[in-house]
Amino acid sequence: MEKSEVKSGHELLIIGGSAGSLEIIMSMLPLLASPLKIAVIVVLHRKYVADSSLSHLFSYKTDIPVKEIEDKDQVLPGVIYVAPIDYHLLIEENHTFGLDLSEKVHFSRPSIDVTFESASEIYKEKLACLLLSGANADGAHGLEEVRNNGGTVAIQDPETALVPFMPEQAMHQFHVDHVLRPEDMAAFVNSL
Amino acid sequence: MLSDEEIDFLLNEIVESYGYDFTFYARASLKRRINRLFTLDRFTSFAEFLYRIRKEESYFKRFVEEITVNVTEMFRDPPFYKVLREEVLPKVAANPHIRIWHAGCSTGEEVYSMAILLKEAGLLHKSLIYATDLNPAVLEKLASGIFPISQMKLYSENYITSGGTEDFSSYYTAHYDNVKFDEELSKKMIWSTHNLVSDRSFNEFHIIVCRNVLIYFNKELQERVFGVLNESLAKFGFLCLGSKETLKFSGIQQSYAVVSKEKVWKKVK
Repeated sequence: MEKSEVKSGHELLIIGGSAGSLEIIMSMLPLLASPLKIAVIVVLHRKYVADSSLSHLFSYKTDIPVKEIEDKDQVLPGVIYVAPIDYHLLIEENHTFGLDLSEKVHFSRPSIDVTFESASEIYKEKLACLLLSGANADGAHGLEEVRNNGGTVAIQDPETALVPFMPEQAMHQFHVDHVLRPEDMAAFVNSL
Repeated sequence: MLSDEEIDFLLNEIVESYGYDFTFYARASLKRRINRLFTLDRFTSFAEFLYRIRKEESYFKRFVEEITVNVTEMFRDPPFYKVLREEVLPKVAANPHIRIWHAGCSTGEEVYSMAILLKEAGLLHKSLIYATDLNPAVLEKLASGIFPISQMKLYSENYITSGGTEDFSSYYTAHYDNVKFDEELSKKMIWSTHNLVSDRSFNEFHIIVCRNVLIYFNKELQERVFGVLNESLAKFGFLCLGSKETLKFSGIQQSYAVVSKEKVWKKVK
């Protein structure tokens, strides 16, 4: 496991996850420092959990405001945003959200790749991304873009993942800055 | 990947050559769509891409079809259709004629959904549904009334969740991989190209449906389009937007009252 120092000065963290990642986020939320210094976006593959139920679920676990995203909302620090189901989530130059119904990517909408890539173009080195458990190749390509643009990339330690395929994809393709066990994730987020 | 400068240049060329203005589209999504097409059609240079768009009208047609997003489904967001059925249609039922506008209707799945609701409410005979889109290719599909049979399971489930009680398959005839919807439904539709970016209001409606269209526009263009929609809606008429779109923060907001969190507003002044 890698133990490199976490760079600070980030403005945005995006957490991407699929099968087996909801539990990880739920256990991380109570440990996040409130008020949160940065903005956090959660992009989750899911079929049946409505946006409102997911944000309610999160709200039980933290005092940090949790918001369902609407078109053109501003990305603000101190807020946890939930990517809506069945839209791709993009970030505009003026730090507002954009939504798009175009084709699924890796059978997924929202696609983690799409949000990672789009945010990376705007936030560059001020972006951190964390890729969690999942059975899908989504996220790895986007994570590499984030890395190429100077951002910080982290993955869940595949050994701790319910479905290791997603973080493994990233690990096999390029060097990730941090490989995190679930119990170390909150400290990572708090140090960004 | 094309640079921002190249995309600006391309968009300006398209305005000049064809009169289609994409410059006020939400940039992040548009850029992604353009880059996707550039990769899909295996262009190796921007110059070559630009040349093809400029010189070949048939390729420009492809460009428009690929750049605009045409993902839609029947009874998409069933709770919205439940609100239409239970709260909106009863309020417009007393009008001697009902005019409805689907602005940015794409291939028409939501237009057929509306026709089905009107039929079940006993209002179809006195209704006219105007269906417009900037892309003529999608209107041809709408006009044909033919949709893939593979989608019918989902549509039928959506229909039932939206409060439908009929046998959904009674609205179409299956033919190999496709189904054709009853002409009784399409008889009450009028389709035409209309570009929300550049065209004006053309009639006054009791219901306007413009769902998942505004998300592709930037704030400035959204304001313009809200103006066109507002001008086209009769007093006490209903405006229906997509599930993540809002009238909040728009200049016309003060003339509207919220009917439902399913993104339905009523024009009150």
